[in-house]
Amino acid sequence: MTNHWIDIKNSDCILIMGSNAAENHPISFKYVTEAMENGAKLINVDPRFTRTSAKADFYTALRSGTDIAFLGGMIKYIMDNKLYNYEYVRQYTNAPFIVNKDFNFKDGLFSGYDKEKRAYDKKKWAFDMDEDGVPKMDRELADERCVFNLLKQHFNRYDVKTVSSITGTSEEDLLTVYKTYSATGVTGKAATIMYAMGWTQHTVGVQNIRTMAIIQLLLGNMGVAGGGVNALRGESNVQGSTDHCLLWHIWPGYLGTPRASMKKLSDYHEKNTPKTNDPLSANWWGNKPKYMVSTLKSFFGKNATKHNDFGYNWMPKVDNGVHYSWLDLFDEMYKGNIEGFFSWGQNPACSGTNAGKNREGMKNLKWMVNVNLFDNETGSFWNGPGMNPSTIKTEVFMLPACVSVEKEGSITNSGRWMQWRYQGPKPLGNSRPDGDIIMDLGDRIRKLYENDPGAFPEAILNLKWDYLTHGEYDPHKVAKEINGYFLKDITVKGKAFKKGTLVPSFAYLKDDGSTSSGNWLYCNSYTEKGNMSARRSGKDASNNIGLYPEFSWCWPVNRRIIYNRASVDLSGQPWDKENPVIAWNGKKWEGDVPDGGWPPMLTEDGKPNPKAKHPFIMRPHGHAQIYGPGRADGPFPEHYEPLECPVAENMISGNSQLVNPTAAIYSTKADAHASCDARFPFVGTTYRVVEHWQTGLMTRPQPWLMELQPQMFVEMSEELGKLRGIENGERVKVSSARGSVECSAIVTKRFKPFKIGGVDIHQIGLPWHFGWRWPESGAEESANLLTPPTGDPNTRIPETKAFMVNVAKLT
Amino acid sequence: MKGKAFFIDTTLCTACRGCQVACKQWHDLPAEKTVNRGSYQNPEDLSFFTYKLLRMKEEVVDGKLKWLFFPDQCRHCIEPPCKDQAGDPDAVYSDPATGAVLYTANTKGLDPDELECPYDIPRKGPDGIIAKCDMCNDRVHNGLLPACVKTCPTGAMNFGDLAEMTDLAKKRLEKAREKYPKAALLDPLDVRVIYLVTESPDLYHESAVAAFRPVRGVTRQSALKKLIKPFTSMAS
Repeated sequence: MTNHWIDIKNSDCILIMGSNAAENHPISFKYVTEAMENGAKLINVDPRFTRTSAKADFYTALRSGTDIAFLGGMIKYIMDNKLYNYEYVRQYTNAPFIVNKDFNFKDGLFSGYDKEKRAYDKKKWAFDMDEDGVPKMDRELADERCVFNLLKQHFNRYDVKTVSSITGTSEEDLLTVYKTYSATGVTGKAATIMYAMGWTQHTVGVQNIRTMAIIQLLLGNMGVAGGGVNALRGESNVQGSTDHCLLWHIWPGYLGTPRASMKKLSDYHEKNTPKTNDPLSANWWGNKPKYMVSTLKSFFGKNATKHNDFGYNWMPKVDNGVHYSWLDLFDEMYKGNIEGFFSWGQNPACSGTNAGKNREGMKNLKWMVNVNLFDNETGSFWNGPGMNPSTIKTEVFMLPACVSVEKEGSITNSGRWMQWRYQGPKPLGNSRPDGDIIMDLGDRIRKLYENDPGAFPEAILNLKWDYLTHGEYDPHKVAKEINGYFLKDITVKGKAFKKGTLVPSFAYLKDDGSTSSGNWLYCNSYTEKGNMSARRSGKDASNNIGLYPEFSWCWPVNRRIIYNRASVDLSGQPWDKENPVIAWNGKKWEGDVPDGGWPPMLTEDGKPNPKAKHPFIMRPHGHAQIYGPGRADGPFPEHYEPLECPVAENMISGNSQLVNPTAAIYSTKADAHASCDARFPFVGTTYRVVEHWQTGLMTRPQPWLMELQPQMFVEMSEELGKLRGIENGERVKVSSARGSVECSAIVTKRFKPFKIGGVDIHQIGLPWHFGWRWPESGAEESANLLTPPTGDPNTRIPETKAFMVNVAKLT
Repeated sequence: MKGKAFFIDTTLCTACRGCQVACKQWHDLPAEKTVNRGSYQNPEDLSFFTYKLLRMKEEVVDGKLKWLFFPDQCRHCIEPPCKDQAGDPDAVYSDPATGAVLYTANTKGLDPDELECPYDIPRKGPDGIIAKCDMCNDRVHNGLLPACVKTCPTGAMNFGDLAEMTDLAKKRLEKAREKYPKAALLDPLDVRVIYLVTESPDLYHESAVAAFRPVRGVTRQSALKKLIKPFTSMAS
């Protein structure tokens, strides 16, 4: 979230699309409700009428996988009717930037596409630079090559008629949503978007979010209270684990993982540190070398020195051009290229797309370590449906972990709040906190290397590995390490600091090895003043908009609403006088922690202030990106059909490019897919319900929850039920090109057939909470046996939200 | 009028069913063995083991689909017919402090139908005892909110002094009418569980209001039963 949960209450218009907040983020409705009580409109767009729809002022449906078409139509509506926030757009976004003539878009492809590599040459999308190396701009937005006009041209094709034929949403409903939402382009009004996996889990996942980000920028809704682009994370600590390097391509604090070609630390710095020639651009990522070196100092302690590149080469690197995402790991496992697997706090036999392939892949492992609360479909894969245990050699070790309430530590919620939690009951039986399991493993692995160094022992033996107190994992030691220490007596920015004290903020981190920080973004979370995340004050800040700055701690540097310097005009005065996030009092900023303390763009007498910085400080040029030339699949979003779709034609660009040309695809025999195939005529999607949690490991053994949602089900329209002769409550079989699952049919008014390109298209939906291990019948299986083997080219998140299926009565 | 009351604002209810589970947890009630019958609503009905049930109905009103949520429970009537019908203060009685209508093990042998509940609430268990919502009277006496109210994330479930809840209900009704002209409070003068609904009450549940029950108050049958009660009591 750029904003945070409580801030939803400040919104004038809430769009819930790509998520089902009432069911999957029930507590968020406390703030949605508060906003509505104050007159906010709630719009919900979802293929199916949900418990969120039941509360919305306006609900409409779209076919799964057509969000860019839906939102692209809104961009056209905003541009055609001049509903954008002109001052905001021309001052704070890259709308005025001039794009080089190498950029173009034709027949569904951007310039620079290489068919063999299925990738773009992004150099073709560059900005024109002036003689000082600063992007050329036209702040009047008149130049035909400026981003603003290219955007207008690009989305001009997304008229409501075409959009309606793609999405299946009526033209009238499209216009109602467009009109209601874009009314917040007016200065002082804010709209927010609450989205989740309904947007991300597509072959165009990143571009779904980009489309919405463009809308938010056009309407001036970024950085302001009640606005922002707000991802509702699906687990209490997804944000925290992402921040701390859950993903293969980033290190803690979003530092890119080194590629094999970056042999020295200087190569890494050279490739990864953005530069700017604009004196008005803060280019905050220019500080990256400080964060990188401080991270290495944190990993390797005193063993990391200038002479050994701070241990840079003890860290693993990833091969150039190779992906190591979830999809790729299971592809390699399936091909027999992976020997051992730690399945830690997850259940890929049920949670991963195309789960049948994952289960097959596990047969090729020599060993698996399953760290979890209970045994699950993954640990017991060898005993599952269709498996012959006598032929499977995989040795499975179960390490029982205790549950979150049995251990101390922090979680970071969707709103970036790091919240300290204390231990409740002691761990049950032999179960242990993850931290103890990791420390114990680390100690034993070190011993093995000490006794027999073998190949490349340095990476293990040089690790700083001192997080035990009285023989137990100490979460405070780790939290302090993450914050970082001064490693010698030094003076930074005129302030003297003692060796061994905690760094008060990342502004004081150094690239010479004199500071450590396990994650620069969390520098400021645990300081000499104490554990900031354990604070519990209910006092609001002076602007009284629900920031509660002394409750827990929020990254970065306790800034509750990021990009907040875009919430003010050029003189530093808030666009929204009622809900100001920050305001310039002539000497300093008041309210939230500002995105940098620099003065406003204009001085008091209205002249450009040379000491000012553009507000979007994480971008090299200081402006928010309406045009995003860093993405794998294009600088503007474009509607492409899902890998599996019910139409033969891309109705926006013609036949030439039906699917995202850069989508991740796989080609083993377990990766079958089928579009416009009579065997699989219906669109399918997956989701969660409030009664269960993820693959159900924690909820399926819980009788009170099983009472509420006892069985795997499929929801379908009354029309489809009639077509297939299926009565409400009957057991049916849902199948795709990859597998099938048995379900109880919910034949409901809440699904309706779509009119797509003039043809009736039916859609169904299934929850992915079930698995054969429990309930005991073994008949309630995972929806991910159906989902497709493909994903987004930027993130490689799987496309589990749109695929093709058949439904038949179980005979 | 003294005692406590609930105010249930269905305009805020998201059917998360936290209330239904919290009720089971506090009362340590077992889960029922259910199947998916083609609906989210489960169990199908109230029972000896289910005091609180989120009823969910899909209704098309004026051409628009509505998914109506109704957290059904005992209304703790101000003048509870079941108390009169039982005629035995050791079986059914009201707590004078809170107004909670409470059933004891002495309900064994009574017939739920003959209790003439206008909202069709009491249910008989396998051992013949009758049970229903007890207002979490033990919690309330210890200064806690009923479990269902405590767990509600949106403010749909409210609890407090009867006068306070009646005031809140009136205020919320006024507010709701801005958006929903048909909004109404259900039997607000007769019960300690006041619902605010936005559609015709029968769309939520056939026993949402007392008027939808065929009998109300003292019927010939129940009057007769009262007359003979002393004799049956003596006989037992």
